[in-house]
Amino acid sequence: MGENEHHLPSAELATNIRADALRMVHRANAPHIGACLSIADILAVLYNGVLHVDPSVPQSPDRDRFILSKGHSAAAAYAVLAERCFFPKAWLEAYCQDGSPLTGHINHQGVPGVEVSSGSLGHGLSIGCGMALAGKRDARPYRVFVLLSDGECDEGSTWEAALFAPHHRLDNLVAIVDYNKIQSLGTIKDVLDLDPLADKWRAFRWAVREIDGHHHAEIESTLNAVPFEPGKPSCVIAHTVKGKGVSFMEHQLCWHYRSPNQDELTMALTELGLSE
Amino acid sequence: MRTAFIETLVELAERDQRIWLLTADLGYSVLERFAEQFPDRFVNVGVAEQNMTGVAAGLALSGKMVFAYSIANFPTLRCLEQIRNDICYHKLDVRIVSVGGGLAYGAAGYTHHAVEDLAIMSALPAMTVLAPADPVETGLAVRAMVNWRGPCYLRIGKAGEPILHSTIPDFQIGKALLMRHGDALTLISTGAMLTNVLQAAELLLSRNICARVLSMPTVQPLDVDAVLQAASETHRLVCVEEHRAPGVIFSSVTSRLAQHRVHCLVEGLNLGEGNIQVAYQQNAYLALAGLDPKAIADKSMQLLTQSL
Repeated sequence: MGENEHHLPSAELATNIRADALRMVHRANAPHIGACLSIADILAVLYNGVLHVDPSVPQSPDRDRFILSKGHSAAAAYAVLAERCFFPKAWLEAYCQDGSPLTGHINHQGVPGVEVSSGSLGHGLSIGCGMALAGKRDARPYRVFVLLSDGECDEGSTWEAALFAPHHRLDNLVAIVDYNKIQSLGTIKDVLDLDPLADKWRAFRWAVREIDGHHHAEIESTLNAVPFEPGKPSCVIAHTVKGKGVSFMEHQLCWHYRSPNQDELTMALTELGLSE
Repeated sequence: MRTAFIETLVELAERDQRIWLLTADLGYSVLERFAEQFPDRFVNVGVAEQNMTGVAAGLALSGKMVFAYSIANFPTLRCLEQIRNDICYHKLDVRIVSVGGGLAYGAAGYTHHAVEDLAIMSALPAMTVLAPADPVETGLAVRAMVNWRGPCYLRIGKAGEPILHSTIPDFQIGKALLMRHGDALTLISTGAMLTNVLQAAELLLSRNICARVLSMPTVQPLDVDAVLQAASETHRLVCVEEHRAPGVIFSSVTSRLAQHRVHCLVEGLNLGEGNIQVAYQQNAYLALAGLDPKAIADKSMQLLTQSL
């Protein structure tokens, strides 16, 4: 796919991801809408020209790899893949329904475009390291993008991988941390403070940039600038808002668990400028 | 066994570019020859088994066949979820290799006793579990794994195990190896217990009892045909394994016999339920647990006195 072959402007794509995810979790009475909304803009920019992927050849050997390590945001990832025609949009209606491959945590089995299944935190970056190492040793051009949650930075295995990547000079690897400041049972500050998060990654010898994870131009220019330093893996700390785009869901812990009822769905879609 | 492992792996890696070897900072005086010969396909990931397993998954997703090496419980229990989710669910060509299976590191203490590994690995979906008996079976197991699809676990001992096969057996994953003919009863051995089991068979022979001996280098999938045949022909089975009770061979043999409604006497000889809280050399503890040749022979005699 050429980089200019966009189907939609990324802002419109992000709106569609949000709307799709809201409808999916509503229909399925499923959790994690807050964590889907916080990454909608990152996904929209990634799949709108940053990632070299081709929906018609999802297993192309030199495609860029994207790993959603925060697998609980699956609804948003399925949405962007459907929007980009990796599979029919109608599949989204079966999200979390009996017999559907679209499970609540991201599933690669039977879902074109999904590289890796995840859902237990702290797995994705290591897998990304392996893919990036293979790419380096085989002199392939692909890059590997891993999207992590902030809560996932509590996992020791994340930091095992964080040690590994700079040691092996994996500058074809990009870790994006969705820093929405809320984890499962409370704020990051109250549960297990990550501050100063960017300095931690820098201390592990990653090249780090902090961005507004909802500002499309900033996301795009940052992701198109990787590697930030030759010989170093890149880390993007994306400052985000959990529940972004739906006023009554923003910064609210409860939307890690609740799914919108009919009235809330209507209100949310109205805020996005859409109807059901 | 670890020498047979690495020598075979080096030989195969010369002509198979897919083969990679990862270690979590263990394998001193074992892995160097691979590292020197194939530096682009070798990584010491450091003391980080979870990452090693994830990196192995990422490499395998990129077309590599990855051997992930460590000792005792480190490459299995420490990173069990990575094995389950990243390796097994994705059906990847990763071979997890643990040196020092069973009580090979006996005196090193409780942390180094790999005595639940076979059951835990066998419980995972799509996992093939191998526990060869001697250096010959080890080399053949490595060859077989390279031609196999999907995840594998290989439990091997350390160094200096005797060679038990005088000729090269027809080693196939999922097939038992007939070590001795006999019809009084069948001794089923997995892993390095075969040394003691063969000696037990000799003792039984000196008591005019002709025991069949099966080596079961494949723990999973079980060679059901060999088990059913032994049951129907000898009616008494003794499963011998260096593993926590009830034993994974004993468990899978008895469940298969029940499934097939086979009437047969089965004894399970294993390390029992307890934990070892003091230092023991491997053979000393095996004797204490009743897994020395004489104890195996005596238990077999007892089974022969019981009526079906």
